[in-house]
Amino acid sequence: MSNNTGHHAIAVEGLHKKYGDKVVLDGVDLTVQRGSVYALLGPNGAGKTTVVNILTTLIKADGGTARVGGFDVATEPAKVREQISVTGQFAAVDYVLTARENLVLIGELRHVPNPRETAAELLDRFDLNDAADRRLLTFSGGMRRRLDIAMSLVGDASVVFFDEPTTGLDPKGRTEMWETIEKLADGGTTVFLTTQYLEEADRLADEIAILHGGRIVAHGSPDDLKTTLPAGIVELEFVEQEQLAAAQSALDGHHNVSRVDSKLVVATTGSVAEMADLFVRLRNTGIEPTRLTKQTPGLDDVFFKILEEETEDSYASSQ
Amino acid sequence: MRVLSDMWTMTKRSLRHTTRSLDTIITVVLTPIALMLLFVYVFGDALETQTGPIDYVDFIMPGVIIMTVGSGIAYAALRLSMDLQKGIIGRFRTMPLAPSSVLSGQALSSTLSNLFSSALVLVVGFLVGFRAYAGVEGWLWFIGLLALFTLATTWMAMFFGLLAKTPEGAGAFAYILLLLVFLSPSFVPTDSMTPLLRGFVENQPITPIVETMRSLLTQGTPGEDAMVALAWSLGILVVFYTLALLVYRRREPVPAPQ
Repeated sequence: MSNNTGHHAIAVEGLHKKYGDKVVLDGVDLTVQRGSVYALLGPNGAGKTTVVNILTTLIKADGGTARVGGFDVATEPAKVREQISVTGQFAAVDYVLTARENLVLIGELRHVPNPRETAAELLDRFDLNDAADRRLLTFSGGMRRRLDIAMSLVGDASVVFFDEPTTGLDPKGRTEMWETIEKLADGGTTVFLTTQYLEEADRLADEIAILHGGRIVAHGSPDDLKTTLPAGIVELEFVEQEQLAAAQSALDGHHNVSRVDSKLVVATTGSVAEMADLFVRLRNTGIEPTRLTKQTPGLDDVFFKILEEETEDSYASSQ
Repeated sequence: MRVLSDMWTMTKRSLRHTTRSLDTIITVVLTPIALMLLFVYVFGDALETQTGPIDYVDFIMPGVIIMTVGSGIAYAALRLSMDLQKGIIGRFRTMPLAPSSVLSGQALSSTLSNLFSSALVLVVGFLVGFRAYAGVEGWLWFIGLLALFTLATTWMAMFFGLLAKTPEGAGAFAYILLLLVFLSPSFVPTDSMTPLLRGFVENQPITPIVETMRSLLTQGTPGEDAMVALAWSLGILVVFYTLALLVYRRREPVPAPQ
């Protein structure tokens, strides 16, 4: 363990990256605790893969520093590579070789004590025994993906990167992938993953960071992020459109109210006083909603709220 | 040594690629063999008078071997270029390997498979009347020079393979090598060429290499061009080894970043 980063498996400060005139990363800061699962969340093109490529020594940043496993990715890439393994968006496998040969190849390159034994264990664990000695050209996409992950686990890296691990997988494959990541994390491995799926980040991650416009715009545990939203969303449904409109005008100006499809959505802090005020105003209109529900905000709401705000900001600043 | 063991692991990988597409070896040897038969049986009688005391088939054998190597290393460029489009290279780049081991493995396996192709062409040569007058020592020198030349030109091929945007473009440089074989005393002596052409022919790398190989095979001695041949081969090796590694390190990982 290095003294410089203490308990951080990954420490990133002010990371910048440009492609031509296009700024992809505009000062990314993040830290990942040793042994935790960290999810970098963001829409397509947000720069998630660029972050992974820099952290895994594939490309160089234009500015800022990044340390992985205690070593600087720019000045000590060989040391960083000793610590990590990577599963990218595209299967990093050799299609001409068999599954077993692929695993033995990686075992030999990682200098594990007994590459053939390691290969046999992983074939077993990833349910690839029947296809072990077949060439990958005949493999299904799911089998290739499983082998790809098995190859990333050869040599027990202390920090494992997954770049959009479940993109393109069916629900069964997705569940298997989640279980694999959970097992890795249980074993004390630090996991850094990128994803577009909130559900995935919510389920797997100890900490989530949202990457947007080349910066981390929000970060925290899934629960922390949810508390940034109004705690009580009240949804009201009515029989008639006129009733809905009347209710909306009665609440407007006093509450944060908006119309979503055929429902009236009121965002509150969840306090009793605010709720009571809402219901009193509603009773005074004499309109009875057909349905009244109170929702707890999910990560989706956080994500879309943040993206909305960011987009508005950048729109405003470009005016 | 870790670097050497990684290089050997990579060589084994590349050799598996080669042995699993044996049709490429056949493609590599077919053209030189066809050309050899054409020259021997169609032009042979007319050209024989110019080659002096040497049988025409013996005269052209070194040139035919170099053509074999030329088309063989084009496959090395093609394989490397195809490899670079696959994710596996990205995995290698995030692993603690010397960057050179990926390329060296490819280079060594290309050298071995080209020696095999050359042996096949030699066997066909023997069938149509080729005879060598080299002793064991002469053969060893011949194999050594051939291996060095193949290794050097493989690095050149890989350099162009690294520069090429598509696998299809990767092998294009092989035509330059083929042209150099024809603009050398591989198939006809230089005496009949115009002075300007001769000036070029006598100073390009294939000429001393062909002359040395011919001298080794027909007389068993390296001959006067041996040092120049060695110098060219070593020079090509050093220059393209350096350039290829430089390009490999600078190349963005595949797939392209978003």
